[in-house]
Parts: sequence; structure tokens; C-alpha cells
Amino acid sequence: MKFPVHTSPYGALPNNVTRVMGEVLLALVPGIIALVYYFGPGVLINISLAVTTALVAEAGVLRLRHRPVRPALTDLSATVTAVLLAIALPPLTPWWMTILGVLFAIVMVKHLYGGLGYNPFNPAMAAYVLLLVSFPVDMTQWLPPEMLNEHPLNLAQTLTAILGGGLPDGLTWDTVTSATPLDAMREQLKMNKTISEIAQNPMWGDFGARGWEWVGNWFLVGGLFLLWRKIITWHIPFSMIAGLLLASGLFWLFDAESMPFPGFHLFSGGMILGAFFIATDPVTASTTPKGRLIYGFLIGVTVFIIRTWGGYPDAVAFAVLLMNMAAPTIDYYTRPRVFGAREEDHG
Amino acid sequence: MITKNPGQWDFHGGIHRPDCKSLSAGKYLGKVSLPDTLVLPLQQHIGAMAEPVVEVGDHVLKGQTIARVTEYIGAPIHAPTSGTITAIEERPVPHPSGLSAPCIILQTDGRDEWGELPEPLPYFDDLDPSLLRERIRWAGIVGLGGAAFPTSVKVNHGPDRPIQTLVINGAECEPYITCDDLLMREQADRIVEGIKVLLYVVDAEECLIGIEDNKPEAIAAMRKAVAESGLRDVQVVQVPTRYPMGGEKQLIKVLTGKEVPSNGIPSEVGVICVNVATAAAVTDAVMAGRPLLSRLVTVTGEGVNNPGNLEVPFGSFMSHVIEQAGGYSDKAYKLILGGPMMGFTLGDDELPVTKGSNCLLVASREEAPDPDKAMPCIRCGKCVEACPAQLLPQQLYWYARAKDFDKTQEYNLFDCIECGCCSWVCPSHIPLVQYYRFAKTETWALEKEKQQAEDARRRHEARVERLERLERERKARLRQKKEALEKKTASGGMDPKKAAVEAAMKRVAEKKARQAKTEKRSEESS
Ligand code: SF4
Ligand code: SF4
Repeated sequence: MKFPVHTSPYGALPNNVTRVMGEVLLALVPGIIALVYYFGPGVLINISLAVTTALVAEAGVLRLRHRPVRPALTDLSATVTAVLLAIALPPLTPWWMTILGVLFAIVMVKHLYGGLGYNPFNPAMAAYVLLLVSFPVDMTQWLPPEMLNEHPLNLAQTLTAILGGGLPDGLTWDTVTSATPLDAMREQLKMNKTISEIAQNPMWGDFGARGWEWVGNWFLVGGLFLLWRKIITWHIPFSMIAGLLLASGLFWLFDAESMPFPGFHLFSGGMILGAFFIATDPVTASTTPKGRLIYGFLIGVTVFIIRTWGGYPDAVAFAVLLMNMAAPTIDYYTRPRVFGAREEDHG
Repeated sequence: MITKNPGQWDFHGGIHRPDCKSLSAGKYLGKVSLPDTLVLPLQQHIGAMAEPVVEVGDHVLKGQTIARVTEYIGAPIHAPTSGTITAIEERPVPHPSGLSAPCIILQTDGRDEWGELPEPLPYFDDLDPSLLRERIRWAGIVGLGGAAFPTSVKVNHGPDRPIQTLVINGAECEPYITCDDLLMREQADRIVEGIKVLLYVVDAEECLIGIEDNKPEAIAAMRKAVAESGLRDVQVVQVPTRYPMGGEKQLIKVLTGKEVPSNGIPSEVGVICVNVATAAAVTDAVMAGRPLLSRLVTVTGEGVNNPGNLEVPFGSFMSHVIEQAGGYSDKAYKLILGGPMMGFTLGDDELPVTKGSNCLLVASREEAPDPDKAMPCIRCGKCVEACPAQLLPQQLYWYARAKDFDKTQEYNLFDCIECGCCSWVCPSHIPLVQYYRFAKTETWALEKEKQQAEDARRRHEARVERLERLERERKARLRQKKEALEKKTASGGMDPKKAAVEAAMKRVAEKKARQAKTEKRSEESS
């Protein structure tokens, strides 16, 4: 009798890329629901726009590159990129900016470098930074959280705003939007206010900014789910948060009136999302266990440095991109000790 | 020194997958009926190919050596039954790429008539260990766990490497395979006898028998046999079930806490590791003077009707063996030699069972689906977490694909034990191990080429050197001649004839003087 042959191992393999990406998307759901609850339906519109654009762009590029289209679309990697970018954008981002960002992420950052697995930079973060430096005003216009929002927009109004139809009568952009807490903290510190003065503002809640802190918590739930499912390891989130807390804590201890409490850093911006979902992007992160610890730690410290002294209020995207560049070097110098390595082989 | 708390250590990585052993566990289907023809490959082991010592037409008896060892690392081959040699020729052998190799073809006569055997050595501990090693070598025993490394070489560790621990490998960590399990359950005494011999041969202080905890019957049987044997410092250690626990380096680490050095062998850390079935074969060779003629083979998978274990004479065709396990079921889709992690698929079942064949897995489509197309590596690091050798499989893959074989060596390619854990967990379904095998083969080929180039260079240099030397010598001779001539001219242009006469006279005078001396001496002595 004759049989087909192929190489070992044999059996139904337990992991696949679609499952990995699918679980990442699933883990994002609680955080997205929280975003919708606190900041209105804008994020959902952003996500739909972004995902559609990503899939069309991915298919288009693959066709041009004469690569099979279907496996790449079903691997869900483009979808994850799109969703991560959409979450990071302000809820009322104009439609064309979202599309521009996604196109940049998929076409330039991902495919010009060779496609899935070859891109040195995190596509979602590269696109976010591009939009941030090109359209700084639009990119910092967030909505106030639900409990502080006097003029919440419904779905139709949000859609009109995003698609360029303007705001409902009687409202202006200034009345509808507000700065992000990180931005607010920055501006007020610039005006030489002390932290205790700033904290009087109703925008601050239990751990960080109101609304934001709970979004962060729900992303944390998703992140823990990923840990439990072994989609990510603890190294990067842990060391990144440790890096941020250590750096901010050190300065806070010395000067609690001009340096925000470490918890503020953790729960006010994109830190939790960044630590569990963005810095852990396997393609662009460090892959050795020790390397991951260093990589995450450096991101955490960089986030603090940029937030405190840099030109932009939030810094997760910049910090991640910077460390993306360092990842290959970190990997090289943190190769694990091989089983049975002899003394003279160490190093 | 005796290891304290053996089994308290752990190895990095590894995987859990359903062990699927219940299909065949504890089931013995008996001896395979003797086929009409046996095909015996000359290479059933690691090392040099055996050399036939019979000719076509010879009648041979059971147990007779039909091919002998030619080099230190090698093993002889014996006739598994009596019959006639009908051919010595190339035949397809079980090999991942379907190679053919030289085989001895034996037409069995059905009488199963034993030839002359060496005497049993029940009082082996009065003998020199080298005699026992000789016996093991004569018996053609190789590692029966699948690697087929000659056991006589393994137990000849040399005087500069004292052995502390003899590790007996009963882990049997590959899914589906149950032949070692069965052997331990049913013939624990035979294994323990072999352990006695091996302990004596390698002069070890203790013996640790490692068995995975998914084989409680085997553990109980072995414990009982050890207790009854009265052997001291022999311990059955229950180890957790995790693939590749049965990897030599992994089991040694878990039992003794020692790491076999990178690129090294266990005896460097005072350990020798032998499979349970190999130990049983040693018993036969020493206690009964019987060579290795057959082995237990697991025949399993959803593709056979009656999975179980069979005693199979070497050279029997797999088709014949599978028939005796109830034949193929409708689900038969792939034939795998060995386990699903490290085994390989065969394109055909008309191939002989050899010394290293521990399992014939006839897998259904669900058990061994066709591989998907591999996706790009997403650098997720799952392979790093799983690799028991603590390598960076994704980097190895990257460089192997780029054919950068210096880099693959730098990333310790040769410490890869080809266990397949990385491929198993890879979400991109990259056949990683295949790349490593490729890189290893290529590196060997390159080294060989380099070696040849080096040899050629040396030969060339030697030749140049020789020619130069000849030239130098020629020149030196010329110079001497010239100098001699010049001297003569310088010493006043003496007439050559006169010179010759003078020289002759001088010689005569010298001779006379010598004669006078000897005469004088003889006078003195008398
Ligand atoms: S498991 Fe596969 S995809 Fe992940 S890093 Fe290793 S080779 Fe790459
Ligand atoms: S096959 Fe080699 S690289 Fe892969 S897990 Fe096993 S030892 Fe590591």
C-alpha cells in the first residue's frame, strides 16, 4: 500500500495565527465596550472604517505583489492593526484621517517591508505617530468622559461629525471636545500649578482620570485574558509597567507637587492598552525572555521621559517605535543560555 | 555518591499533547509469524555499515552472524531465522526520503533452526568487563529506543570518565508508543537482569530508572522486580509526563540534575543512559548467549484494526506486521515509522522492520492531517518557550532559510535534538525541524568540502614544499661543487693527478696507523 509523505511532527497543531489574532480581538472587546460607554459610539465607527480599509488595502497590496490573498485576510493580522489604531484615535476623528492612517500602516509600514512578520515597526503605532505629527490639533481633541459630558452625541450625530457634516446646531467643537487628561495635566503643570491644585478638577478620579481609568481597567481584563490564554507572556507588560512606575515614582518621591502620582501615569493614557496589546505585538518586539524584560522596561521609562519632558502628551506610541528599533540588538545580546552550555561558552 | 531526591529537577520547555497510548497499551498480540523472506539492511544502526560474511546461496542458521562490524562504531547483523541467502543487493529501506541501501535477503526455510551460540555467562561478575562488552558487541545490540546507537560503544566510556549513574530510560514520552511500557509490565525481571550486567560493566555507583507517571503498571512492575532482585542503589523514579522527557539529555537532567554539555555526551558528566529494551537485550546476550534478532514493535493508530504490540524478527515487511495487527482499517491514511513527534512518514509498507523501528503508526486523516501552507514567522516566541535545548528556533529558522550556516552554528544548531516541539507550537505552522535537518546536512557537506579543500591545499603545499626542497638541494649540491672547484683553484691550481696520488698515499698511511693500533690492542688484551 502507498501513502502520502510529509515531515514531522504529525497531528492537529494546537496553534494558528488566526486563533492568536482572534483571541487578541476578543480580548479587546471589554475595553472597547468601556470606550463606547464613556466616550460614545465614535470608536465603533472608527473601528468599522479602519477594518474595512485595512482589508481592502491588504487585498490590494497582495494582489499587486502576486501573493495569495485569502490566507492573509483570514489571518486577522490586518484587522488587529486596524482595530488597535482605531482605538487609539479620538472618538470624533474625521473619516479621512482614519483611512489615511490605516493605509499608511498596511501599505507602507507592513507591506513595503515584506508583509506579515517582516515589518520592524508596529504598523498601528507608526500610523498613529504619523497622524499625530501631521494633524496635532485633531489628534488631541478627545471627548470628555460620559459623567462630565454635557452634550453627549448620539450615533447619528457622531456619524455626521466624523463624516464631515459638522456638529448639531448650537454646538461648537470647543464645547463638545476636551483635552485628554494627559494633555490637561501637561498644560496645567506648564502654568506652574501644583498637583494638588490640579487634582481639584472634576476630571480626576480614583486612580487616574475619570472614565479613562475604567477604560484602562477593562483593557487590563483583556490583557489578563491574553496572559491566561498564553497568547502573550508576562514579561513585557510587567516590565513596561514596572519601568513606568519606577521612573515616575522616583521623581514623585522627590517632588510630589510637580510630578504626578505614578498611578496617574498608569491609568490616564494608553499605558494599559500599550503594555498588554501594543508593546506585545510579537513581530516587532523582542523575543527572548530576558530581552522582553529589557524591552518592556525601556518602553516604560521612555514613556515617562517623553510624557514629562517631551513635546507630546502621550508617549506610548513613540516609546514603542523607538524600542522597535532596538529590538534586534536586544535580542542578539540576550540569547538564552543553551542547555548544557559550557563555562567558556557563556556570554 | 548517590543522587539525592532523584527526579526533583526539571527541563525547560517541552509540550503536552494527548498521549493516545490507550489504543495499544498493555496489549501483546504475540510473535509475528515468520515471513517467507526477510530483508536485512546492512545499516540498521548509527555508524559504519556492516560487511556481509555470507554469500548468495549459503545456508544460514538462526543466530548466525551474516554481516560483521568493520569499524569501532558499528554493529553486526545476525540471521533472525534459518534459511538461504538469495541475494545481497540494494533494496528500499525505511528512510525519510525513500532511499535504497544494501541488504541481505534471506529466504526462510521454516525450520527456525538455531546455529551454534556462545556459552551463557551467568557468573558474569567473575569476568573482565571487556569480555562482556565484547559479548554485547557480538550480539549486535544497539539503542532500541529508536536512535540505534551501538550499545557496546556506549558502555565503553574509558577509564578517564568514571560513571556515577546508570540511567535506564523507561520514559517512553512519544505519544502512541507502548512497547517499552509493555516490556516493563511483562518482563521487568529481564530488564533488571540487564541492569545488573550493565552496572557491572560500566562500574556505576547507582542506577536510576525513569518512567513517566502515565505508566503506573510499568512503575509498579519495575519496583517489584527491583525489590526482588536485592539490588541496592537501584531506584525506580516516577517522572512527570511531558514530551520530550525521554530525550536522553532531558531525562538525565530530571533524574540527576546534571546537564550534558552542549555538543557533549552523557559520560562526560558521569552518566550513561540506556533504554529498557536495550537492557533486556543485554540480558539475552550475556545470560543466554543470544544475539539481537527481533524486537517489540507497537502497531497502532486509527488506521489498524487491532492495535497492539508484536514481537517482530528484523527484516519482516511492515505490511506483514500490520496484517497481524488486524490489517488496515478504512481510516488508514498515513504510515509513520516511530512516534508522531520524531517519526517520519513512509511512502510504502513493503519495507523491513529494523533494529530502530519501535512503532508503526497507521494514522487516520484526523490523526495526521496534511500540513497547511506555512505562514511567515510572526516572531511570537512560542518556539523559544517550547525548546528543551533552550535554543532560539525562530532565529535558527531565519538563518537556515537564508542559508547562513555560520550563523546557524553560532545559534547552536547542533544542540537541536530534533524533538519537534517548536514545529508543534508554531502558530504559523512552519516545518521548523525540516529546516534544521536541512541546515545540518548542508553544514556537514560544507565541512566535508572544506576538509577536502583543506586536504587538497595541504597536498599541494606539501608538493610545492617538496619541489622547493629538491630545488634547494640541487642548488646546494651545485654550490658545493662550485666551491670545491674554487678551493682547488685557490690552493694553487694543483695538478689533479698529483692531488689524487697524494690523497691515495695519505689513505694508505692512515690505514697503516689503524692496523698498528688494533694489533697493539689485541696484544694488550691477550
Ligand atoms: S513559533 Fe513560529 S511564528 Fe512563533 S516565533 Fe517561532 S517560528 Fe516564528
Ligand atoms: S526541534 Fe530543535 S529547535 Fe525545535 S524545539 Fe526541538 S531542540 Fe528546539
